[in-house]
Amino acid sequence: MLRDKAQGWLAIVAALTVGCGGGGDGAAAGGDDGAPAEAAAPAVDPAIAATILGTVNFEGTPPAQTEIDMSEEPVCADKHTAGAPMTQQVSVADGKLGHVFVYVKEGLGDMQFAVPSSAVALDQDGCRYHPHVLGIQAGQDLSITNSDDVLHNINTQPTINRGFNVSQPQAGMTSTKNFRSAEVMIPVKCDVHGWMNSYIGVLDHPYFAVSAADGTFSLDGLPPGDYVIEAWHELYGTMTQNVTVGEKESAGITFLFTESMAGNYVPLGEPLVLGGHDADTGAHAHDANQS
Amino acid sequence: MDWSLPINASTQGVLIDNLFWIIFWMTAAAFVLVEGGVIWFLWRYRSREGHTATYTHGNTKAEIVWTAVPAVAMIALGIYSGAVWTDIRSPDSFPEDALTISVVAKQFEWNITYPGADRVLGNDDDFRIRNRFEFPMGEPVIVRLESEDVIHSFFIPELRVKQDAVPGMTIPIWFEATQAGEFQIACAELCGLGHYRMRARVVVHDQESFDSWYRDQSGAVQTAAN
Amino acid sequence: MATITAEPTGIAMVEEEHPLPFIRKYIFATDHKIIGIQFLFTCLFFLLIGGLLAVMLRYQLGYPGQAMPGGDLLPETMAPGGIVLPEFYNSLVTMHGTFMVFFAIMPLLVGVYANYLIPLQIGTHDMAFPRLNMWSYWLFFVSGLVMLYSFAVEGGASASGWTQYAPLSAMPEASGVSTGQQLWIISIAIFGFSSLLGSVNYITTVINMRAPGMTWFRLPLATWSLFITAILGLLAIPVLTAALIMLLFDQTIGTTFFLPQTGGQPLLWQHLFWFFGHPEVYILILPAMGFVSDIIANGSRKPIFGYHSMVFAMVAIAFLGFIVWGHHMFQSGMNPALGMSFMVSTLIIAVPSAIKVFNWMGTMWRGNIQFTTPMLFAVGFVMLFAIGGLSGIFMASTPVDIFIHDTYFIVAHIHYVLFGGSLFAIFAAIYYWFPKMFGRMINETMGKIHFALTFIFFNLVFFPMHGLGMGGMMRRIYDPSQYEHMAGMQDTNTLVSIAAFALYGSGLLFLVMFFWSLFRGKKAPANPWNATTLEWQVPSPPLHGNWKEIPEVYHGPYEYSHPDMEKDWLSQNERPDVASPARHGSSTGH
Repeated sequence: MLRDKAQGWLAIVAALTVGCGGGGDGAAAGGDDGAPAEAAAPAVDPAIAATILGTVNFEGTPPAQTEIDMSEEPVCADKHTAGAPMTQQVSVADGKLGHVFVYVKEGLGDMQFAVPSSAVALDQDGCRYHPHVLGIQAGQDLSITNSDDVLHNINTQPTINRGFNVSQPQAGMTSTKNFRSAEVMIPVKCDVHGWMNSYIGVLDHPYFAVSAADGTFSLDGLPPGDYVIEAWHELYGTMTQNVTVGEKESAGITFLFTESMAGNYVPLGEPLVLGGHDADTGAHAHDANQS
Repeated sequence: MDWSLPINASTQGVLIDNLFWIIFWMTAAAFVLVEGGVIWFLWRYRSREGHTATYTHGNTKAEIVWTAVPAVAMIALGIYSGAVWTDIRSPDSFPEDALTISVVAKQFEWNITYPGADRVLGNDDDFRIRNRFEFPMGEPVIVRLESEDVIHSFFIPELRVKQDAVPGMTIPIWFEATQAGEFQIACAELCGLGHYRMRARVVVHDQESFDSWYRDQSGAVQTAAN
Repeated sequence: MATITAEPTGIAMVEEEHPLPFIRKYIFATDHKIIGIQFLFTCLFFLLIGGLLAVMLRYQLGYPGQAMPGGDLLPETMAPGGIVLPEFYNSLVTMHGTFMVFFAIMPLLVGVYANYLIPLQIGTHDMAFPRLNMWSYWLFFVSGLVMLYSFAVEGGASASGWTQYAPLSAMPEASGVSTGQQLWIISIAIFGFSSLLGSVNYITTVINMRAPGMTWFRLPLATWSLFITAILGLLAIPVLTAALIMLLFDQTIGTTFFLPQTGGQPLLWQHLFWFFGHPEVYILILPAMGFVSDIIANGSRKPIFGYHSMVFAMVAIAFLGFIVWGHHMFQSGMNPALGMSFMVSTLIIAVPSAIKVFNWMGTMWRGNIQFTTPMLFAVGFVMLFAIGGLSGIFMASTPVDIFIHDTYFIVAHIHYVLFGGSLFAIFAAIYYWFPKMFGRMINETMGKIHFALTFIFFNLVFFPMHGLGMGGMMRRIYDPSQYEHMAGMQDTNTLVSIAAFALYGSGLLFLVMFFWSLFRGKKAPANPWNATTLEWQVPSPPLHGNWKEIPEVYHGPYEYSHPDMEKDWLSQNERPDVASPARHGSSTGH
């Protein structure tokens, strides 16, 4: 009910902002209204579903992590009892790289997937985002919680979706938002705490994962077929692999990121890729993470 | 709340506070005159049995007096204020060889860049600290104020310092603290949803503790560079 | 002054056998009196909205971070669980200022009373351009609706302050408000057209349509003030409109007038805005001064003290009002030398304001003061405007402004001028001219209770703000407890908030009384206050077309307690030798 109302407003807003650059968004927003996804709900027969398991390896020396000085925010500083929090940008342990967003880039054709009714959680705790990198389906609820008793604002900066910038001045506040179009990746930042950042990958299918601290990830329930898998990292950019999986098969892949890839172009949202931006954008993303 | 200005910890604050209280007493006198006069007239000339109004269209002499007196007062105040303003803001008033620090505001933080060991901004030994502004007392400090996004305003109540930080401009201000202590930078110009807590720690050191703090920070820069 | 009997065609005294259809008479009306009344009802509604916004923001300041009673009725994007969000607070601050300045105070002064009073006071049938007048109202109405609607769009209403400082107002990514921001600009642009149409009309009417004998220096000060205000509006509003269009382009089609990244200059906005904005401040106070002059002369039963200097003071204020705008920008990064010159012009403008206050006191001096409700509000105006004027001297002095700029001292100052000044004068005017407009009286006892409550709570709300400002509390701060130097201010803030709720309550009481009197008030005679100006010489309410025949004017507007007269007033169209032949003697006024 509330959602319908919001969409009504959106349509009006879109109508009002025609010629103000909002027209395209508005049309997209109106078009993917959940209905086709519902119709195509059980796209994959679980009996034949395949799995891709993998690991992200890292070679070289990651940039030194630096301490974040949270002394100005005692509420947060006090939560880090195990020592001062460190920057999160590169998570390397035993040659394995975490925080890599891995997803099916090509190969699903025109398949439609239901939007999960469960929400994806993004928590702000100890003046950090948890998780640091996350994936979500277009239209799926993103539930953002503030676990700190200080002001956070959640400033998303998408290039094709409609961004939002909302605040949560108190502990326990929750906002539920969603993104309507696939977009890899959407940066998220808190302007009150310059060190806080996070990335959200939005896809119109459920085949995405974020590598764990040990570098592992898995893409489950895939229909058999040929896929292009992309791995995205906020500092080292992207790399892709082709994988073929048959019925009930489980394929293993590895990605290898190296020190020398630092400063590679890091795509943030489709139009940037098409627009052919290069080192500038990468460097920008790089800067944003130095705090 | 007590009806007073915050403690004053700067040389310019003395000038500003003096002027404030001069105006306070001027306006207090006018306040008593006007409000007292109105209330007195309301009582004295209230309508009552047998009382009538005096038919008059005015009195030129009285009007000249109450034009001239405020005019003279305003001109005097203008001259005095102008002198103080010049002392504080005129480009000629800026001390030479002052410690020059760059303050860059952005939503919603203050990034303070110190000139490093050579005390010159804009080279490798500069170091930047977020939301911490530390400087010594008894020595003039020049702040070069910039903004990255929208207009903010750099306000340290105890130092009687306020200056908007405008994107696209570098605005210098200077001040000299007269006592050590911890204060806060407050943002005084609406800058967005985090405006109300865009604050930074201000630490005014005595010379000795500043030197040691500054050496530590500069040293850290040297180490990181190596 | 001879050729002043031009009559708009087709508007003579109404012929009862041809009554206008309802829609032409009350909706798309061209009768200046109906338009004035349309403005009045619309503005009272916006005043109610503006006050409600103030109550909400005061709740947050009085009880930071606590759930506002009834706040859970608001959408989650404004106040989840009733807790006002910072971005919504910024919208509240912005829209409170916007509604009060543009949709309540300014049209209450100008839209209502310029329309209603000018033709009656100068003795003519209607405005020079009745249809423009109708358009002026309906454009105003539309602009108000657009502004109101901006609360409902995604991202909420504009949140960059009523002064709309660029680049915050030009960068949706910085303010979080995109559509609401554009609607703000569009609304105020429409509002500007409305004001321009009004201004042209008022100026033309006053210049061309004065009754025979109504020379410039026989005009009531209310009309003088509205005339000068119209000129200010005519000259200032186009500047705002130009600035608004530039701002809209910056937001929508990628120009960078105010965005520094590609050569724009944020200070340009401030110069343009305040070039409009400071004359605007005088648009908001001059008519109030005019009304109060009429009412104080009437309430003191004395001619206004120093009529000519009152007129010249207004002219001086209007002129100087155009060269003081930089005093809003002492700390903006503007060249300090420029600050000096703006300080001088600002201090000088205090002089004509002082003259006016002393002349009002001179009018009361040796008067025969009637404690009617309009008189109480008018005297309240003088007392509170004086405080607002005096506090202005602090910020006129550039060094002191360094400290008090952008603090609650400024908030206190502007509310003493705009509420204690303008709104008190508006209340005085409503009480004074209500009988004329609606043919009924407002109950005097109720009016006095309303005055007492308003006066007390007003001072409880705004006087302590001087202290908060002296302590360094910044404007537009969502939660002052975040700062050490404001730690001790919460009690005062809570007190101020409680008083603000009570003040709003007394405003609601007024509305109840207003509407009750509209239907149940005692029938009003043509001249309930024994006043001298022409509007009191026609029935209450006046008929369509106002005058059966255009009156002839013999003397100035404030002939109270003339020694040659038995009664203590002499209407402008009454000849003393006819009214009181036995005692007729010396000259009469101007």
